[in-house]
Amino acid sequence: MSLLYTKQLTRAYGGVIAVSDVDFSVEKNSISGLIGPNGAGKTTLFNNVTGMDIPTSGSVHFNDKDITGVPAFKISRLGIARTFQNIRLFKEMSVLENVMIGRHFKSGRSMISGRTVNALTSYMKMKSEEKDVYDKAREWLDFFGLDEARNEAAKNLPYGNQRELEIARAMATEPELLFLDEPAAGMNPQETDHLMSTIRRIRDLGVTVLLIEHDMKLVMNICEHITVLNYGKKIAEGNPSEIQKNPLVIEAYLGKED
Amino acid sequence: MINFLLLILIYTGLYALLALGQNIITGFTGLLSLCAAGFFAIGSYTTAILTVNYGWSFWFTIPLAGVLAALAGALIGLPTLRLKGDYLAIATLGFGEIIRNVILNWDSLTRGPMGINGIPMPTIFGMVINPYRKWGYLTLVWIFVIVFYFLLKRLTRSRMGRALEAIKEDEIAAYSMGINTTKYKVWAFMVGAFVAGCAGSLQAGFTLSVTPNTYTFMVSVMVLCMVVLGGMGNHLAVILGALIIQLAAEFPRLLGLSSTVPPQFKQIVFGLILVIMMIYRPQGIVGRKKVNYDKFVGNETRRVAKKSEVN
Repeated sequence: MSLLYTKQLTRAYGGVIAVSDVDFSVEKNSISGLIGPNGAGKTTLFNNVTGMDIPTSGSVHFNDKDITGVPAFKISRLGIARTFQNIRLFKEMSVLENVMIGRHFKSGRSMISGRTVNALTSYMKMKSEEKDVYDKAREWLDFFGLDEARNEAAKNLPYGNQRELEIARAMATEPELLFLDEPAAGMNPQETDHLMSTIRRIRDLGVTVLLIEHDMKLVMNICEHITVLNYGKKIAEGNPSEIQKNPLVIEAYLGKED
Repeated sequence: MINFLLLILIYTGLYALLALGQNIITGFTGLLSLCAAGFFAIGSYTTAILTVNYGWSFWFTIPLAGVLAALAGALIGLPTLRLKGDYLAIATLGFGEIIRNVILNWDSLTRGPMGINGIPMPTIFGMVINPYRKWGYLTLVWIFVIVFYFLLKRLTRSRMGRALEAIKEDEIAAYSMGINTTKYKVWAFMVGAFVAGCAGSLQAGFTLSVTPNTYTFMVSVMVLCMVVLGGMGNHLAVILGALIIQLAAEFPRLLGLSSTVPPQFKQIVFGLILVIMMIYRPQGIVGRKKVNYDKFVGNETRRVAKKSEVN
């Protein structure tokens, strides 16, 4: 069953059609990849699915519910979390606080009846709620091996750890579907290996993972299903060996032989 | 001399309240707002009009002044939320000036440039808090500062405070983490304006008359400087910032040099402090307050105990 699918999703910016008529799906509990040359529309597709951008036409369905045009902060509450191509951590805040932010909407829903008012009225209540958030955050830090560094400012972490912290923060929202936008960008081979095992461990928790990546070693190693975009159109999909043989994909990446 | 010192401390208290409010908007949420003077004016005029024209008790006008200022905060917050950085600053600057101009021209309600005089002195349990004798009013203002300090500290230490800081650090990431950034930005404006409105109310009860030219753009700039100087996102620091700026602004008179040093000289000192700060300590004198969650939540020991049980 498809956890997420799009129907003829199109996003145009003026005359430029960044994503054009894409039917795309992600199977439940899989690790899927979205690849394509630079400017192929991968991130645009991501943004349209996660509510950061609104499609020009077409629709997005998650758990068989139409989520087209739902704003991002609500999408994350439905169970989709994401990371960003260029790391977007809360840099001055501590590692722990970054992950605690991921628990934000899990720890209270409404401002009036919710915990913000508790913050003013009952110190004990607020403290016990904070403790829940804290405990969960530390569990996730443990999972990613970042617990030791929890009181460091996020900006002081080594690059590879920053990438993992961003994933930890996304996982703290307890998503069903995790989007990773170029998680291995800028990583050295050791860091990439570590990332691969982390992604597998995330999948083993029952979370579906979809990633955009240029590192073909990573993609071919861990993705069970790959979709290829070029010039905003879907040009191929299938398992890694099918994709590697597909002439359209080879042409998109290497150009055509005369 | 002692009287003058008390006067400075009273004004420090009023400015500390403004700075605490501004700190929520700018220090925590990262919204560069320049209309503190506007909220301040709304608070003052609410108290002036209600006490003089309608015979309200001073005490009841304080919360109402806060609420009206908060509504103004929502009013400015909602349309300008899409703006960032300098654009937001210009829009809020305009808003502050609009408030002042409305007050200046709405003669039937505010008596325009003449202002409103004859605000009754606040009384408590039959005792008059005479602003001319300073001590009473000094206590009153600083009680407000302390109460707001604790309330705001609690608020910013909750999930709300974290959400506000997340918006400051990276709005897009905060949004994608399930934080309703629009709601929190309006909320920040409302909380900040509420505090400033209460400060305005206290100011009216102290000066016993209000005129529009008290609430100029300079006030907003001073308040912003206090926040930047003290340390964004740190309540105690901005109170310290208010004290330093007040002392810097009044130093010629404090040192008895008012006959030799022209009053414009304080602006030079003022500017100098800011330039030096921006070069050597852009995060402010104190900087952001780090919360030690291990200690705050207080279960570090329990976790360790749990782990050793497993082993």
